[in-house]
Amino acid sequence: MPAISFQSVSKAYPSSRGPSGGTFLALDQVSLDIAQGEFFGLLGPNGAGKTTLITLLAGLAKATSGRASVMGHDVHTDFAAARHALGVVPQELVFDPFFNVREALVFQSGYFGVRHNDAWIDELLESLGLADKANVNMRALSGGMKRRVLVALALVHKPPVIVLDEPTAGVDVELRQTLWAFIAKLNKQGHTVLLTTHYLEEAEALCGRIAMLKAGKVVALDSTSALLSSASGNVLRCAIDGDLPASLQALARVTGRVVQLPAKDALTIENYLSQLRAAGLAVHDIEIRRPDLEDVFLQVMQRAGHDERSGA
Amino acid sequence: MTGWQMLFYKEVMRFWRVAAQTITGPVLTAMLYLLVFGQALESHVKVYDNVSYTAFLVPGLAMMSLLQNAFANSSSSLIASKVMGNMVFLLLTPLSPWHWFVAYVGAAVVRGLVVGLGVLAVALIFAVPPLTQPLWAIAFAVLGAALMGALGVVAGLWSEKFDHLAAFQSFVVMPMTFLSGVFYSIHSLPPFWQTVSQFNPFFYMIDGFRYGFFGASDLSPWLSLGVVGGATVAVGLWALLLLRMGYKIRS
Repeated sequence: MPAISFQSVSKAYPSSRGPSGGTFLALDQVSLDIAQGEFFGLLGPNGAGKTTLITLLAGLAKATSGRASVMGHDVHTDFAAARHALGVVPQELVFDPFFNVREALVFQSGYFGVRHNDAWIDELLESLGLADKANVNMRALSGGMKRRVLVALALVHKPPVIVLDEPTAGVDVELRQTLWAFIAKLNKQGHTVLLTTHYLEEAEALCGRIAMLKAGKVVALDSTSALLSSASGNVLRCAIDGDLPASLQALARVTGRVVQLPAKDALTIENYLSQLRAAGLAVHDIEIRRPDLEDVFLQVMQRAGHDERSGA
Repeated sequence: MTGWQMLFYKEVMRFWRVAAQTITGPVLTAMLYLLVFGQALESHVKVYDNVSYTAFLVPGLAMMSLLQNAFANSSSSLIASKVMGNMVFLLLTPLSPWHWFVAYVGAAVVRGLVVGLGVLAVALIFAVPPLTQPLWAIAFAVLGAALMGALGVVAGLWSEKFDHLAAFQSFVVMPMTFLSGVFYSIHSLPPFWQTVSQFNPFFYMIDGFRYGFFGASDLSPWLSLGVVGGATVAVGLWALLLLRMGYKIRS
């Protein structure tokens, strides 16, 4: 029995969310099984349907067609059992301003019918670096601390399946490390983890398997190692002083002065360098490296975009 | 404590934490009504023999405060958690629509009764109305609070922002409570307005509650009980249906 299963799931929203008239198809026949104990990554650009998929799983929205289940429980017809098995860390930084951290955790625990949960609540507070904030009102916490509380709230009923929707968006390095150490520990203990993130280095480091979504469709689904080895060629990484020539702009990943270009062979690299020299740019810190997940992601998205345009 | 009991407890704690705003404030407002209307009209208006106007006012004001606060509790809690986004914590739980309903309406009844009792207690300074039929008073207080708590659930789910809820309160709840016979007997109204009042369920709540105190009312308490009970069931089913649909809270 998979921990999470999506079977031909589609979700259409009314036209106001779509580009023009009719309905906007946020998810289009998505089928996906995530085995128990997996650390699974769900990647895609903004608007690809990642959060919609999670909202369907969590029962926050209803699929237009298809079926989703958690630990074999249909999220619609057997919603109580499905939600007992699921802990979701929402993307939005939301909180109840009336209560402190411990009270919020006790309430959330109680909603799931879990009583006498103090030992686990204390462990969560300790593991997430919240022990000294237990009696602080939620309003008084920093953004990073609120994010930690969201994680604790999702885990308070000890769900076997944990969903993290961009949990490290806008948080500091210390929280990232604390969070990933804790989640990795839970994963080792057998919890299934579904992660959506825009930080691809995190997904590469943590996820055993990855699905990539684009425009509501799964465009890649494989183990992280298989995805990485599927990337063709190498990557030329260098720093330049000035603007990249127009001929290279569509191919390059540019971060400030650093430019990264896909390079399948030595001839391509020579060609890039000659174009940069011809443009009068000084090239520094030249490095040839293996593609990382971000390169794979860009290749998959470009290929999917090309397939879409050609009607494949 | 089961899931719905925890939600009920949380909802009670939510208003109790800000008791100055949710309990003391409404009690003080009712006292101002009592002071102003009682003092101004005491010597001019007589509704029942042997009952002063101020004493006549007390049950009506207590019931009005009870009803308004029961409505305010469920409606404001729902709209606040929708607007602030923290409703997601509840939406992720296995609580059923029935659990939500019992917890929100239950907490609304508690707040309504606490405010109603507060008004009655402080009003004793001004006048002591007799309590001749306490079971009738309790029945109408609980049913009225439940009806308004359920209506608050409907309004809270329907509202998308605080302005919507304020409009609901200003254009539905306030006129209906003020035109329910709190300050007068409907027999003192012209025939047209007497007829209009009979379409106002709040009138039956106030009249039935007052019967519990004075043993006298504009209508038979059984008729009022039937109307209030029927309205409570109808609005309760409406609220339950909206919760079951996930109206404006699940897409």
